Amino acid sequence: MRMGRIAATLGLALSLTGAAAYATAAGIDDPRRADYFKDFAGKTIAFVPVTMGIDLTEGWAAVMKQQADRLHMKLEIRDPHFSADAGAQAITSLISEKPDVLVVHNPDVNSYARLLKRAEAAGIHVIQINMRSNYNSDVYVGADWIGIGEAEANAVLEKCGPGTSQKVAILQGQPTSGSDSGMMKGADNVFSKHPEIKVVANLAGEWDATKAQSIISTVIQQNPDLCGVVGFWDVMDLGAAAAIKQSGKPIVLVTSGGGEQMACDNVAKGVFYKEIAYQVMNQGRDINDMIATVLETGLPAGKLKAVIYSPQLVISKESLHPGLCWSAAALKK
Amino acid sequence: MFGRIKSALVSQERIVLVTAVILFCVFSLFLKGFLSAANLLTLVRSVSVLGVLGVAMAIVVIGRGVDLAIVATYAMSAAWTLRLATQGVAIGPALLLGLALAVAVGLINGLLIAFAEIPALFATLGMAAFVYGFVRFALVPLVVVYMPANAASISWIGGGFVAGVPTPILLFALVAFLGHAFLAFTKAGRFIYAMGDNFAAARNSGAPVRGLIVLQYALSAAIAYVAGIITATAVSSVNTNVVNSSLIYDVILVVVLGGIGLSGGRGGIRNVLVGTLLIGILLNGMTIMNIQYTLQNVIRSLILLSAIVLDSLVNPRDEQTEQQGDI
Repeated sequence: MRMGRIAATLGLALSLTGAAAYATAAGIDDPRRADYFKDFAGKTIAFVPVTMGIDLTEGWAAVMKQQADRLHMKLEIRDPHFSADAGAQAITSLISEKPDVLVVHNPDVNSYARLLKRAEAAGIHVIQINMRSNYNSDVYVGADWIGIGEAEANAVLEKCGPGTSQKVAILQGQPTSGSDSGMMKGADNVFSKHPEIKVVANLAGEWDATKAQSIISTVIQQNPDLCGVVGFWDVMDLGAAAAIKQSGKPIVLVTSGGGEQMACDNVAKGVFYKEIAYQVMNQGRDINDMIATVLETGLPAGKLKAVIYSPQLVISKESLHPGLCWSAAALKK
Repeated sequence: MFGRIKSALVSQERIVLVTAVILFCVFSLFLKGFLSAANLLTLVRSVSVLGVLGVAMAIVVIGRGVDLAIVATYAMSAAWTLRLATQGVAIGPALLLGLALAVAVGLINGLLIAFAEIPALFATLGMAAFVYGFVRFALVPLVVVYMPANAASISWIGGGFVAGVPTPILLFALVAFLGHAFLAFTKAGRFIYAMGDNFAAARNSGAPVRGLIVLQYALSAAIAYVAGIITATAVSSVNTNVVNSSLIYDVILVVVLGGIGLSGGRGGIRNVLVGTLLIGILLNGMTIMNIQYTLQNVIRSLILLSAIVLDSLVNPRDEQTEQQGDI
């Protein structure tokens, strides 16, 4: 009797193991997988950047393209080439073409605001990237500009404390852009608590290195004891760096940007004291995740209202290591 | 004859020079630090590239042409040079290839205008768009090209000093001097004046007008390349988007403002210097006053407009311009 029980138990155990072994050999299907791929196949993503050909937009586009290819979606890029008018036209025609998701990089807070609202009314999910507009669409993915402005101001404070002239110049890009208004607010937040810091100039270089150079060299002539410059975009701030180098003075330059290899190179050379960076490749990943989210959840356009701020990366001599920055040139190959 | 002399006393060049001097005095009195030697060097350096482009444009405009492709040539040939250097080409060959690109653009412009007899306005306008598009499409994939480390040996061109004077100023002076010598003392230069003054008469009296036109545009493109390399080395990068900016109008402005009529045959490099200085004084003064860039544009255009209006009041258009017409 007892032997019979043991045999039965053994038999049961063996058959269970056999079943388990059988199941392992066959694998278990994930019931959500087929739906996952079905959700995306054939969908269209439209991307309207400020311009293609700069590190930021090329980076985002490359990452979006990878996901679009993997999930059999179509990525359409309409390049307005720095023209807000051309961008508005592109969005207008996209509204009638009805892509599933519209990814927009706004040149300023006003130009596209109404159009983005119309796009969402037409059922297109709108994801705004890095430079937002006054209209809050489904998703904003991008830098926390106020935080970056604060971090930049604090970095300048480190070098422009007591014992220096405490004179600081601010070099904006385009004051009406979503990024500048934020960074300016951030810088104000910090400098208003430090009345000893004198902001001797606050000018805009229109994102252009040549203009930045002429502005900053004049500011240095006016204030030979200038201590620091807060720049709003690394590509433009190369001009400020040239002006500082030509003046031969030890002026601190803090900048912000997409953390491209150029930034690491210039921090290594001491041209930038620090760059407060938003990592473009990770932002691309965030955009991709949000594209996936709006398509998978099936929420109607305009319902989600999510914000994803990119974590700040401080590029300084201390944090520098190979691979910290990404390379736009490598994307092009 | 006497009319000419009288008109020369209150010529546009004079008016602009006086405006520049007045502004200079006002800024010197009221802006602390404006009159320092260092600031004056900064002032001239900030417009020296504009001045070099002005010299290039002047050579064409005096011959009764116009080169709207100048800024495209300036930016794109310099951008390609940096791109080649980035890809590992030694800086010497990279510079030569960039120059070859610029001169090729100038030659095509000249051939289109001289032999296909397309009006300069349209030929160079089309060429500007083509050069930008072609170079961005085929040669330089990014909007902003950085200066690579292996190009460091030429960084003195835009960023160096000789005896305390920034090299861009010296290069501007050199280009202006050579341009003046070419226009005033060479046979080709004198023919360019003749061509601008009366094209038919110049051709009938045996000037090789077609060859001269090609020479003009090739020269202006080559000078534009020099300006491009100055900019590239001064800010360690080239922003090709400058092609879509208002720079081309600024170049025409310093030429016309200084008193080189768009109808050709008149003026010289001195006029470019005067026009460039006025712009430089304005820009520098407004930056010192911390005026926002957009407002700077408004003030600048107002002052320029009033200089032109004043000129047309004191120098009413004569019969000759009336018949030939402006561009």
